[in-house]
Amino acid sequence: MNITKTLDAKGLACPMPIVKTKKAMDTINSGEVLEVLLTDKGALNDITAWAKSGGHTVLEQKTEEDVLYFYIQKG
Amino acid sequence: MTVNKWTAAEVARKVIDNEELFILDVRNHDAFEDWKIEGHKFEYLNIPYFELLDGVEEILPKLPTDKEVLVVCAKEGSSVMVAEMLSEAGREVAYLEGGMKSWSSYLEPIKVSDLENGGELYQFVRLGKGCLSYMVISEGEAAIIDAVRFTDVFTNFAKEKGVEIKHVFDTHLHADHISGGRHIAANTGATYYLPPKDATEVVFDYTPLTEGLNVKIGASQIDVNALYSPGHTIGSTSFVIDNQFLLTGDILFIDSIGRPDLAGLAEDWVGDLRETLYSRYRELAEDLVVLPAHFMIIDELNEDGTVARRLGDLFKENHGLNIEDEAEFRRTVTDNLPPQPNAYEQIRQVNMGKITPNNDEQTEMEIGPNRCAVR
Repeated sequence: MNITKTLDAKGLACPMPIVKTKKAMDTINSGEVLEVLLTDKGALNDITAWAKSGGHTVLEQKTEEDVLYFYIQKG
Repeated sequence: MTVNKWTAAEVARKVIDNEELFILDVRNHDAFEDWKIEGHKFEYLNIPYFELLDGVEEILPKLPTDKEVLVVCAKEGSSVMVAEMLSEAGREVAYLEGGMKSWSSYLEPIKVSDLENGGELYQFVRLGKGCLSYMVISEGEAAIIDAVRFTDVFTNFAKEKGVEIKHVFDTHLHADHISGGRHIAANTGATYYLPPKDATEVVFDYTPLTEGLNVKIGASQIDVNALYSPGHTIGSTSFVIDNQFLLTGDILFIDSIGRPDLAGLAEDWVGDLRETLYSRYRELAEDLVVLPAHFMIIDELNEDGTVARRLGDLFKENHGLNIEDEAEFRRTVTDNLPPQPNAYEQIRQVNMGKITPNNDEQTEMEIGPNRCAVR
């Protein structure tokens, strides 16, 4: 997987992780992949639902030491 | 326009006073479908906040201008953002302080009745979770039944009333919410009672709550009588208070009955549930007022916000008490059960004292409706 851009949103509370993810997504091209790092567990369902509604694809999601990692391909 | 902040207590008043309210819930659809703020006259619009990042213009026509609008999310952050956007668009709206998290924890104490010689019986209604706790007060003393985990609410209430908490009971080992019972007892020096049949795995000391246990509250000796009533759990115990009130725990609710599957196999306890509901309770006076440990739907609330109904009326109206055929009863309470409460196995472990999660983890475990009933 080629990561085009990484967004570190650790420590941010809702709604900032999604607000920043959206802004970062606006800067990459269709087909490119954004990596997002989060610590707000509430964002887990929200990021997935947001990506789906925006036509993006969550390629992978993992949790390591309380940090959530998302790999989202722009639609 | 200004953005107003409402507390969970203010929203609770809207529910109890039967007022109108328009709720814009900005959580994702799954969360909203699973669990929301229920009110008799509430209207809802569910649009996730992440669909409003580019602006709120599209939803403006859907928001009433002749009604109060409350924006709600999980913890508060997103509702503040959306409320501010709506405010900039010229609408006057409010957001719920602390979001669904604070709604889940809010308790409204409501007096059910006066008892003999100045005694009082209070029901603590946890609207967001459907949990009901009780406090019996008489001449400087108090007993608490099925306390939820917000121990301060009970100890502060006792302080306000100038009473000393002497006895704390749990009708059974709860699976849908974390009990505050033994912590209140530890903080106040009260005795903590639990049915021994539910307590085989607990790791703390308790006083056995068994059939026939009788406790007197205050000098006027308000009677609190234990009645063994298994079925939801094998230890489930009811109370008759002052010969007037029947506290049924999670065995009998207003519009439903207890489910037998949360602590074992439904098949094992369905016979006990039948015996309790169709024999043991039938022997009691029909004028007893039933006070359950839960409500499931907002329609179960009375006009004053309490959840209480005459036992004789429930024998007539509650579907679960009117299934003559035993095989059909068995099917009703074992087949097609609703989903189990969130994290119910972990919650049982907490109530046994086996795990001690921090406050945030406890909040997370208790998210969602209680789901202790079958209908």
